[in-house]
Amino acid sequence: MNAPTSLTSNVAPIAAEAHIVAAGFPGGVPTLALATGTVLRIVDGVAHETSAHPDAGLLTAAFDRAGVVTGGYDGRIVRTSSDGSCETLADEKGRWIDAIASSPNGAVAWSVGKRVSARDDKGRVRTTETPSTAQGLVFAPKGYRVAACHYNGVSLWFPNVEAAPEALTWKGSHLDVVWSPDGKFIVTSMQESTLHGWRLADKKDMRMSGYPAKPRSLSWSHDGEWLGTSGADAAIIWPFKDKDGPMGKAPRECGVRPAKVTRVAFHPNALVLAIGYEDNCILLCRLTDASELLVRAPVKGMGAITALAWDKQGERMIFGTAEGDAGVLTLP
Amino acid sequence: MTDKIPVTVLTGYLGAGKTTLLNRILTEPHGKRFAVIVNEFGEVGIDNDLVVGADEEVFEMNNGCICCTVRGDLIRIIDGLMKRRGKFDAIIVETTGLADPAPVAQTFFVDEDVAARTKLDAVVTVVDAKWLGERLKDAPEAKNQIAFADVIILNKTDLVTAEELAAVEAKIRAINPYAVLHRTQRSAVALDAVLGKNAFDLDRILDVEPDFLESGHHHHHSDDIASVAVTVPGDIDPEKFMPWINEFTQVEGPNILRCKGILSFKNEPKRFVFQGVHMILDGDLQREWNPGETRQSKMVFIGRDLKRAEIEKAVEACRA
Ligand SMILES: [Zn+2]
Repeated sequence: MNAPTSLTSNVAPIAAEAHIVAAGFPGGVPTLALATGTVLRIVDGVAHETSAHPDAGLLTAAFDRAGVVTGGYDGRIVRTSSDGSCETLADEKGRWIDAIASSPNGAVAWSVGKRVSARDDKGRVRTTETPSTAQGLVFAPKGYRVAACHYNGVSLWFPNVEAAPEALTWKGSHLDVVWSPDGKFIVTSMQESTLHGWRLADKKDMRMSGYPAKPRSLSWSHDGEWLGTSGADAAIIWPFKDKDGPMGKAPRECGVRPAKVTRVAFHPNALVLAIGYEDNCILLCRLTDASELLVRAPVKGMGAITALAWDKQGERMIFGTAEGDAGVLTLP
Repeated sequence: MTDKIPVTVLTGYLGAGKTTLLNRILTEPHGKRFAVIVNEFGEVGIDNDLVVGADEEVFEMNNGCICCTVRGDLIRIIDGLMKRRGKFDAIIVETTGLADPAPVAQTFFVDEDVAARTKLDAVVTVVDAKWLGERLKDAPEAKNQIAFADVIILNKTDLVTAEELAAVEAKIRAINPYAVLHRTQRSAVALDAVLGKNAFDLDRILDVEPDFLESGHHHHHSDDIASVAVTVPGDIDPEKFMPWINEFTQVEGPNILRCKGILSFKNEPKRFVFQGVHMILDGDLQREWNPGETRQSKMVFIGRDLKRAEIEKAVEACRA
């Protein structure tokens, strides 16, 4: 029997009517963070709204198991839990929040210009300074450590240690940062439409270039052996299985279409990559045989896919677009 | 495809009247909604809903060239603003008095995401009629801001005599004979004098007509910013001109602040129009030459230590 070529009938639409900044399944609840400042939760098919940033809007968001942490135009860092309750974690007095990251154990990090703050699960806040605006943040997969990327490199910071952050340097503007699940590699996306990586054991540089646009979405496979990326007319997938990472190896390409990939998200326990495009089309691509499934056909005027995430079990996937179209895919 | 949001860049030395102009733009009954990007150490009291503080982070591009710079914070802020694009019709970027306008302007051509969603409308520079003379001696930024301007607001004209005003205007024209100049008091100028100028649109560059005052053809000093205008009658050979202009802007890019031109190419019924900022060059064929219109090629370069004789000779060699 042939695998189905389309899953479009398995998608339940959500009308969000605002730019979708991020999406996830905290506490198993499909949740969207909207640019209007509202957090939208779908419970039993009914939309529930929480105004996390009233009369403002939100710029950045990070999901964890129990909620979503958002940074607003109002300078507030707010956690909205899966039951819809809100808590203000910090107030930066109207300054824009440039980046937010969350850790699995409930810690949160955010940046305002050069100042990076980390708040542990007990609510203790520590701060440090980066050489220029910290544009991207990520927690280490294990231990209380934060990587902040900025102009000319990355700062690795232990919030509970007095020592100055450790520097990984590479000239240029680093926009987003990810840490490999085994903790061995750091990878950034750059203004110059490339990726840069470091092997932490010896700070060896890794250049991954050839993108026509900035690769702003980076996703690790569940086994940590692959890094899926946006920024081209196909998802570009770099091999990280060997200790040299992708050096001297060609990346895989999948989901080649005449449209730029804007978001990617690896399935949490299979080698399947969800690929969202600038024309809001979504494909699933299986790495083992390059087979593709259509999740969503492009709809004119609905903007680019701006958010894409799987639930913990890998049974559902949520997406959203720049024009407020959203939906939840339930795998058959 | 939605229309691109126009962006006006407001520069000028501290105290020249930049904030007064900004508040005038924001409070007049025009029905437009603005997002305003101010520098975080700037003058306070901006009367607007959507105001964002910027830290003026200038980033070099990775090509190792000193003039190839962008404003990293601006890329980030515009990305954030565009998530709420229904909230405003236009963007105003106010820079500090010390800012170089080039990285701001280049951001709108170099960054693809910014270029896809916004367009640079004009660089507006506010200058103080009384103190500009002093500023030009001690502050290279002041000179840069005038050289870069599409529109110059010559403010506080009530504080100087007619002779002093003529002298300061001559100084401005020696640096930039092409900007549209408005004399004002308390920054009072009609909004359509500063907004909706489309100064970087090729199809809006209608003519390249300098406004040289009598002292316009002044003597050159080293490290001086001035303009070089070249007019050649008849046609230009694009096979010769295009390689030259590309090479010239690459080599002299750090010294060229702005350039524009309207050219008559051989066997081409349409006018070729170009404009540039440092090394960034944009050119295209525009409307047809009208019957009876004199086919000639005019171009102007505003920059530092530009070699007039060499430029004239090079352009002359491109004649068809
Ligand atoms: Zn350059």
